[in-house]
Amino acid sequence: MTIPTTPPKRKVSRAATRKTKRLYIVLTGMTMLGIAAALVLTAFDDSLVFFLTPSDLAERQINPGQRVRLGGLVEEGSVQKQADGLTTSFVITDLTAAVPVLYTGILPDLFREGQGVVAEGTFEPNGTMVATEVLAKHDENYMPTEVEEALRKSGRWEENGKYGNAQ
Amino acid sequence: MIAELGHFALILSLMVATAQAVIPIVGAARRDATMMAMAKPAALAQLVLVSLAFAALTYSFIVSDFSVLNVASNSHSLKPLLYKISGVWGNHEGSLVLWVLILALYGGLIALFGGNLPPPLKARVLAVQALVAAGFLLFMLLTSNPFERVFPAPLDGNDLNPLLQDPGLAFHPPMLYAGYVGLSTAFSFAVAALIEGKVDAAWARWVRPWTLVAWAFLTAGIALGSWWAYYELGWGGFWFWDPVENASFMPWLIATALLHSAIVVEKRDSLKAWTILLAIIGFSLSLIGTFLVRSGVLTSVHAFATDPERGLFILLLLIIAIGGSLILFALRAPSMQAGGLFRPISREGGLVLNNLLMSTAAVTVLLGTLYPLFLDALELGKVSVGPPFFNATFVPLMVPMIVVAGIGPMLAWKRGDLAGALSRLKFALAFSIVVALGTAWLTWGKPVLGVAGMALAAWLAASAVIELADRIGIGRAPFSKSLGRARGLPRSAWGMTVTHLGLAIAVAGITGASLWRTEAIQVMRPGDTIDVAGYEFTFEGARNLRGPNYFAERATFTVRREGDVYTVMEPEKRRYFVQQRETTEAAIHTTLMKDLYAVIGDKSGTNAWVTRIYHNPLVPWMWVGSLLMILGGTLSLSDRRLRIGAPTRRRTPAVAVQPAGAE
Repeated sequence: MTIPTTPPKRKVSRAATRKTKRLYIVLTGMTMLGIAAALVLTAFDDSLVFFLTPSDLAERQINPGQRVRLGGLVEEGSVQKQADGLTTSFVITDLTAAVPVLYTGILPDLFREGQGVVAEGTFEPNGTMVATEVLAKHDENYMPTEVEEALRKSGRWEENGKYGNAQ
Repeated sequence: MIAELGHFALILSLMVATAQAVIPIVGAARRDATMMAMAKPAALAQLVLVSLAFAALTYSFIVSDFSVLNVASNSHSLKPLLYKISGVWGNHEGSLVLWVLILALYGGLIALFGGNLPPPLKARVLAVQALVAAGFLLFMLLTSNPFERVFPAPLDGNDLNPLLQDPGLAFHPPMLYAGYVGLSTAFSFAVAALIEGKVDAAWARWVRPWTLVAWAFLTAGIALGSWWAYYELGWGGFWFWDPVENASFMPWLIATALLHSAIVVEKRDSLKAWTILLAIIGFSLSLIGTFLVRSGVLTSVHAFATDPERGLFILLLLIIAIGGSLILFALRAPSMQAGGLFRPISREGGLVLNNLLMSTAAVTVLLGTLYPLFLDALELGKVSVGPPFFNATFVPLMVPMIVVAGIGPMLAWKRGDLAGALSRLKFALAFSIVVALGTAWLTWGKPVLGVAGMALAAWLAASAVIELADRIGIGRAPFSKSLGRARGLPRSAWGMTVTHLGLAIAVAGITGASLWRTEAIQVMRPGDTIDVAGYEFTFEGARNLRGPNYFAERATFTVRREGDVYTVMEPEKRRYFVQQRETTEAAIHTTLMKDLYAVIGDKSGTNAWVTRIYHNPLVPWMWVGSLLMILGGTLSLSDRRLRIGAPTRRRTPAVAVQPAGAE
């Protein structure tokens, strides 16, 4: 490599060069942020998933194929294993409205009837949700805030953390 | 009694911290040596007091003193000792004590080993450190007293969340906190420098080791957390872009940028204001991380505190710390002397690009993490931003980052020769193409992204090795001479090579683990066999066992490859009797190139179980890569230059001492 080790001779141009340098950095930074903004906007388009309660669903039209998160309680007595042994059907309720859900795979360890869950998936034309992911509340003191919200909305939430007919 | 002593020690340490936050700073302004000198004993006293409080809490956990509310709600007499101890920080209050303890530890270390710092700088750094401590102590004493008593004392405790009863997670929080809180030192140095109005090469040299320590711990903490998620949650995944994971990842991204920009300040006296800003932002993100996790504003596996009052307090703390330091920055930064000039294509240019990419990545992660909060606060509905978003934004930004990480070290300071650097990297390019072709051939029909990932990893690994070989003159000088040169190479140079190599290996691991995994979920009866990626898993049955505080169902799989027995795997499903909770213990068979991963789920009818089996290629590479990165950081930390501290001359001819691109 041939690197001139002496600094530029003309003193006058130093300030100008500094500005050029700064300009380069600012321009690169702007480009970077521009790219990031473009990435973020396109990514937001496909990957934002709305959270809804069963009551919301009753009012709203969901396009087939649109991913949705549904939160509420697993209705007592609704959990059933299908014949293949892998698929579970259950009902998510906010004690006002209820939605049937199908899930294939291993349910989370804390999935139980009467407990709060959040299911993510798409809807079949018949109104059944096919969940690709099911999250259960993960300890006794902690309820997914989304489920709490859903119960508050349907007026079934009581302040001491108890709710409706669940245990 | 012990608990009250601990509580008292906390109150005392708040008082000491308050004094330490005020007196030395006034002293530094007045050039009063006595007032400045107060910082050191105060920092040590604070360390002793917080250690006492921590010891008191740990003692209460070890002896299972259930009259302490925190112990009663998070421990159980049957729990193994390790988890009694890890239970100390497995909850909100205790984790805060740990946070403050680590903060005090860093303060104490600066006080002890900061002998070469100019007294005013040292006084100010310790004062800022104490200010942060005071904020957190106040928070703890007002809203979350870890020593609160309960009367009457329960007979036994409530136990710790079984998911957290795991060796990986026992050490994950201390590591992560050591990283989070370690960034407080960079922050304190930055704020102190702003107050002083002076940033120079010496300053950068003092900040770098602390940032390195924080960075190495953060890397370790994140890797441990990821490893834990991988083997404990039973989904075979290692990173979920969960808000809490992001909370630890953003400071890591900024700390990485800071490490690189501090090099420019040290060597070239340039990028000073930017480096200060990064130091402030890095710690701010740590605080935001603490806020996100502790306030329960996010729905997340990790958020075990749900209390708006606490959230408000932390929010206030955040506004004061971040807002205050940014205002100070706005006032002081313009007066900073700009340093050495450089061309866009130069070592500095490469480091700047690294910085911009890292910061942009941090911004996109922050946006994805906070966007749901904004929407929720504005009542625009509840949304979740999942992995697709982060993959679509983060991954494209990392591609140029890795390309530049290969070229950057080959460029000279000030003005680099891109063509020359590329011609020296032609072997790296060739290697990367060979790997890409090999990958394409092996994984035909699978995502093309995998080919790109492996090619990038190969590029980075090869260029790191070539850079080192170039530097010690392999091929140009006799081997013995190269060996001598290798021995004489500064540890920081070795650190860079090892870390970049580690990153390359981790990138390969992440590529394999995310794109080429084979998954099989099915119902199995004893005797059933299933083929997963060429391995035949035979389910032999399940039996019941009893552990110290749980019952377990343990399944046995015999794995065969081409008819020969390859290994036996025994996953478990446990039910902890105190909290009546179930956890999944995956069985993992690790080899150099892949993991076999088996999980047993619910019983499905009589004598049949749902089983889940994964073939996870290259997963071990992620852990090896992380270890190398930590090792690289540690190597760099042991550099002589950082240990002895900066020479008194401000302008060291650093460029002459360390030829950039070996010529």
